[in-house]
Amino acid sequence: MAGGNPVSTTAYIQHHLTNLVYGKLPAGYERHTEQGVETLQSDTWTFAHGSQEAADMGFWAIHVDSMLWSIGLGSLFCWMFYRAAKKAHTGVPAGWLNFVEMIVEFIDGAVKDSFHGRNKMVAPLALTIFVWVFLMNLMDLIPVDLIPELLMMAGVPYQKIVPSTDPNVTLGMALAVFVLMLYYSFKIKGGGFIKELTMHPFNHWAFIPVNLFMETVGLLAKPFSLGLRLFGNMYAGEMIFILIATMFAAGAGAGFVSGGLHAELFGEQTSGYFWLAIFLLVSGICWLNLKGKISTGKTVLLSMAIMAIGGGLFALGGGLMQWGWAVFHILVITLQAFIFMVLTVVYLSMAHEDH
Amino acid sequence: MELVIIAAAIMLGMGALGAAVGMGLLGGKLIEATARQPELGPMLQGKMFLLAGLIDAVPIIGVGIAMYLIFVVAPGVGA
Repeated sequence: MAGGNPVSTTAYIQHHLTNLVYGKLPAGYERHTEQGVETLQSDTWTFAHGSQEAADMGFWAIHVDSMLWSIGLGSLFCWMFYRAAKKAHTGVPAGWLNFVEMIVEFIDGAVKDSFHGRNKMVAPLALTIFVWVFLMNLMDLIPVDLIPELLMMAGVPYQKIVPSTDPNVTLGMALAVFVLMLYYSFKIKGGGFIKELTMHPFNHWAFIPVNLFMETVGLLAKPFSLGLRLFGNMYAGEMIFILIATMFAAGAGAGFVSGGLHAELFGEQTSGYFWLAIFLLVSGICWLNLKGKISTGKTVLLSMAIMAIGGGLFALGGGLMQWGWAVFHILVITLQAFIFMVLTVVYLSMAHEDH
Repeated sequence: MELVIIAAAIMLGMGALGAAVGMGLLGGKLIEATARQPELGPMLQGKMFLLAGLIDAVPIIGVGIAMYLIFVVAPGVGA
């Protein structure tokens, strides 16, 4: 599946929801490649071609794209903020330093609002979570095919560039929060935590199993919902971007006026250079109009004609819809990063409450 | 296969319904509270956005699963 040009909508979507997986295929495994069926002689560590091979790799299959992009974005965050922190001074900040101070103060305020215990680690943790999750979500706003296609031109197999659309990443972060919750619960409350788990709703020894069951479910639901909420939001957003892309790419390929000419020239798939040429032509006409070489009426007519021939109206409609969803998505990605951070702080605050 | 489409429709509709009721209550209460105590406005608005995000998550996840059902589980119908 990796590398090929998927044609139908279903194939396109499945293609875009497949991670780049690195893992071990057992000896005797039959690989279906373009050259036919190939049987592996020994255990092989390799990249998976398609979701079936990824599933057959079992537990030790690594999502290379999620790992690289998330760790890369984390390093980017650390480096950028480190640079700002090195230059921090008591005067009036400007530029990047100003922006960083704004974020730090915003997080500081949010943590002070909802965290009442004593812990030096929570505010930096909140800052890291907020900025990191935000950066990972931000990758969703880059046009779906741009970076993977560019990397495929450089010889890298297809990959997903939004780490937070991978449940492994979001649930992994939620798991880390859960471990911190347990650690601080035991550290601050000690035996009180056990008592909270066993004696809480009904304060009687006969109800210990019932209490334990209810409290455990409540405890486990926290990290689970934390991770799934972020994953679900990002996955749905990515899905809608992909759907808009398929709908309008297919329509644009058919052309507005001269679908037959298109089929004659390009067959099923329209070449990207064609779109580039159309785009440059329209831009050139607009530029000539700005310089006063041709009248506005002529500009509109010429642009419409070129776009009609190129099937550009569909592409324009798709672009507008992508843009509209992207604008709404800015709200979603920020809000989800903020919610992930606030809930982490609230959960840790609950772990610090000693009765 | 047609039942999958129905399932997706129910998923979208019910999710949207619940979230719409929740959002309506949330916005209404915010305006009531701000009218009563305008000085609390900014603080309440921040809290409202947080809760709006929490409510918003459920139908958005529903939309994602519904789209997956329509375009991947029941293929050929949407293509």
